[in-house]
Amino acid sequence: MSAHFEPDPLSIPFWEAASERRFVVQRCRECGSHQLYARPFCLRCYSDAVDWVEAAGTGTIHSVTTVRLEVLPELEPPYDVALVELDEGPRVLTNLPAGKGRIGDRVRLDWREREDAPPLPLFVVHSQ
Amino acid sequence: VAELGREPVFITGVAETPLGEVHDHSELSMVAVAVREALAEGGLTPRDVDGLFVNYMGEEGSVQVGEYLGIRPRYADSSDLGGAAFPAFVHHAFVAIAAGRCDVAVIAFASRQRTRRQRRMIHPTDPSTPAAQFMNPYGLPTPIGHFALATARHMHEFGTTSEQLAEVAVAARRWAQLNPKAWVRDPLTVDDVLASRLVSDPLHRLDCCLVTDGGGAVVVTAAAASHNTTKPLVRVLGAGEGHTHWSITEMPSLTTWAGEISGREAFGMAGVGPGDVDIFQPYDAFTIVPVIALEDLGFCAKGEGGDFVSEGRLGPGGALPSMTSGGGLSYNHPGALGVLLLVEQVRQLRGEAGERQVEGARIGVVHGVGGLLSVGSTVVLAAT
Repeated sequence: MSAHFEPDPLSIPFWEAASERRFVVQRCRECGSHQLYARPFCLRCYSDAVDWVEAAGTGTIHSVTTVRLEVLPELEPPYDVALVELDEGPRVLTNLPAGKGRIGDRVRLDWREREDAPPLPLFVVHSQ
Repeated sequence: VAELGREPVFITGVAETPLGEVHDHSELSMVAVAVREALAEGGLTPRDVDGLFVNYMGEEGSVQVGEYLGIRPRYADSSDLGGAAFPAFVHHAFVAIAAGRCDVAVIAFASRQRTRRQRRMIHPTDPSTPAAQFMNPYGLPTPIGHFALATARHMHEFGTTSEQLAEVAVAARRWAQLNPKAWVRDPLTVDDVLASRLVSDPLHRLDCCLVTDGGGAVVVTAAAASHNTTKPLVRVLGAGEGHTHWSITEMPSLTTWAGEISGREAFGMAGVGPGDVDIFQPYDAFTIVPVIALEDLGFCAKGEGGDFVSEGRLGPGGALPSMTSGGGLSYNHPGALGVLLLVEQVRQLRGEAGERQVEGARIGVVHGVGGLLSVGSTVVLAAT
């Protein structure tokens, strides 16, 4: 993470909610589709009627890799990066302790505090 | 559009830049000598060039290379498609030539990424982009972590094994042993690949391409500009491209990539299919990439790529000779490999590949992959 946090205007509601440890995604009032990151309209039906709604905070590991080289000073290898499919549909990344997640594992929301940016959403395994 | 391709479009020249560790050239001078050499094969000089297709050579796309070579094109393109850009430039040059917007197109690239130690694990990014906010904080190494996630998913869905992936590296190395210009030529076994250290599971160090200096040039011309050639002409039968995403979270499928689009387009234009292909140059940045390319382009069904690459099928003497220079895994990988895939394919179709020549190769396919599994670009070439 760079020291400089500067969200784009459309993502400000996401990070404001994150500051209160609420994980939100965009939901289309017309077709019910969810999306994250933010767009100015629904990518499925192109309606403007997109609202920020709180996600259930649960999902499934779609894929995972154990990283064994240093990428960021604040992340000491080895650690896992997993691609999580939220129950609402969008996919997000998370970190896990090395070797602690397998494809198909169920995960739930957690947070990592950051000094110079809002809390970062993470997911932890709650059943294998 | 039906008119496109009625008049044949040819590759009349190819050349490598200096390769390996280059200390006595700049990137611009590397490109310059390769462009002059490639043009000379077709009986042409930089003065004849009216189309210029370059990227990753400094600011403003093709502009600095144009200045350096004294080329003032009437058609220029620097589409930012990563390592897939160069096969995509064949597509763009084909369309531009067929539409009469240029007659002699030069595609060129060079990098000194090894000597200048330019590799980075996270690309510097505008902090307001979605990638900077939602991807970079998790420390997914670029590009290997992205390929690792796709590999893990392919293994999960289809039972692909590390041994099968290692077969890709072994095939590339066996070709490299026949290529005096290859960067690494030591013998390599499946066990060696599996014993190399894990970098981003399930990818080992020897599942990964080289980091070398290198590059090349390719000249694409209208039929009317091909008459002074000194080499057998290679015809561009078809070309296609596509892209799907940038952030891995937005990738439609980790196991079906943009090659599904570019392959369909290229084979459709060429009027041939995978069964007609004698020789294949996939973008072997990581061992998973040829496996998925073979599936996406229809050489085998989705999920069967692991079986397909086994038992030496891609290596010397195999049923589908692939990565015949030694590829990005063992010959050279200058950060954007696509231009060198084209150089090798053209030399094979001309019958001038020396000890590694694939006898009777008439139809060859180049398949580029670019970005973060983002882009696919496919070119179908034929000997004349």
